[in-house]
Amino acid sequence: MRRALALAALLLFLLPSASARTATPKVDLVDVEDEVMCVDCGIPLNTAEGAQPDSQRQLIRDLIAQGRTKEQIKQELVAEYGKDVLALPETSGVGITAYAVPLVLGGLVVAALVLLVPRWRRRPAAGMVTGDGVASPATTDDAIAVSEADAERLDSDLARYDG
Amino acid sequence: MKRLAVPILAAIVALALVGLLGYGLLSRSTDDSIEQAVARGNLPPAPSADLPVLGSEATQSVAALRGQVVVLNFWASWCIPCRTEAPILDRAHKRLTASGAGTVLGVTYNDSTPASLTFAGKYGMSFPSVRDVGAKLAERYGTRRVPETFVIDRRGRVVDVFRGQIDQAFIDRALARAQAA
Repeated sequence: MRRALALAALLLFLLPSASARTATPKVDLVDVEDEVMCVDCGIPLNTAEGAQPDSQRQLIRDLIAQGRTKEQIKQELVAEYGKDVLALPETSGVGITAYAVPLVLGGLVVAALVLLVPRWRRRPAAGMVTGDGVASPATTDDAIAVSEADAERLDSDLARYDG
Repeated sequence: MKRLAVPILAAIVALALVGLLGYGLLSRSTDDSIEQAVARGNLPPAPSADLPVLGSEATQSVAALRGQVVVLNFWASWCIPCRTEAPILDRAHKRLTASGAGTVLGVTYNDSTPASLTFAGKYGMSFPSVRDVGAKLAERYGTRRVPETFVIDRRGRVVDVFRGQIDQAFIDRALARAQAA
């Protein structure tokens, strides 16, 4: 008897949490609006104002009230207004530029890198110009390289200082 | 020449993108070819599409109504002038059906089925309407705003056009023209 009561109590404890896990998350208007276009004005519904976008919002509210999921609401909007209601650029006409421009720009950047990087790598590093006017590569060792005349003068100055 | 290759390629790509943008803008401009043809007296054939009838499983098209005068009216529940012209259209429909001369056929524009049905009931629209999902038929008539009305004769030609809110005088004149054609 005690075991049966414990089992019933456990079931009562588990059931609400299980139903909460499987329940459809509540959709709100804002959540749908930013993924949908105003079909009459051609701008996102969340920025559109006027009688037609208000009518679209009312339909979304009604569908939310019916307990539809976001995907179901979007499907219903397509059935009512056509596929242009979804906030995705068209794959034809001017809409194709939305896909083409990033691809073209990305391709140009890659092409520029492929062309220019080897050139940059082949170019000699900027070096010091020695006293005889000949460029020499700059390294950490000769970063303080000086001309022969300066070296001689430095040596003599150091010798005088040591003396 | 090799040095010019990259700028030339960039210029070609830029021109192509500008051309595509231009095409897009032009393709979205208003198409008034129907009223221009009507004004010249060169009556154009009425575009037609088989569309679902509002509140019904049936379909209807302008082509299926050949032999009758058709008043094709694009409307929407969110359109304020559509409320005013609804009784004018309904009277025209009753007149046409009573004489067996034709019908008014509504076409909903960017509107939802429940809203259209409510509007049709509220404003006493006894004439049938079809649902133009995606405004494809509207595009063929150059319709970008509602209301717009096209009067079609028995031979399926557009004899009169009105882009905006019609009045009784327009309907009387257009129906007389359509029935005489």
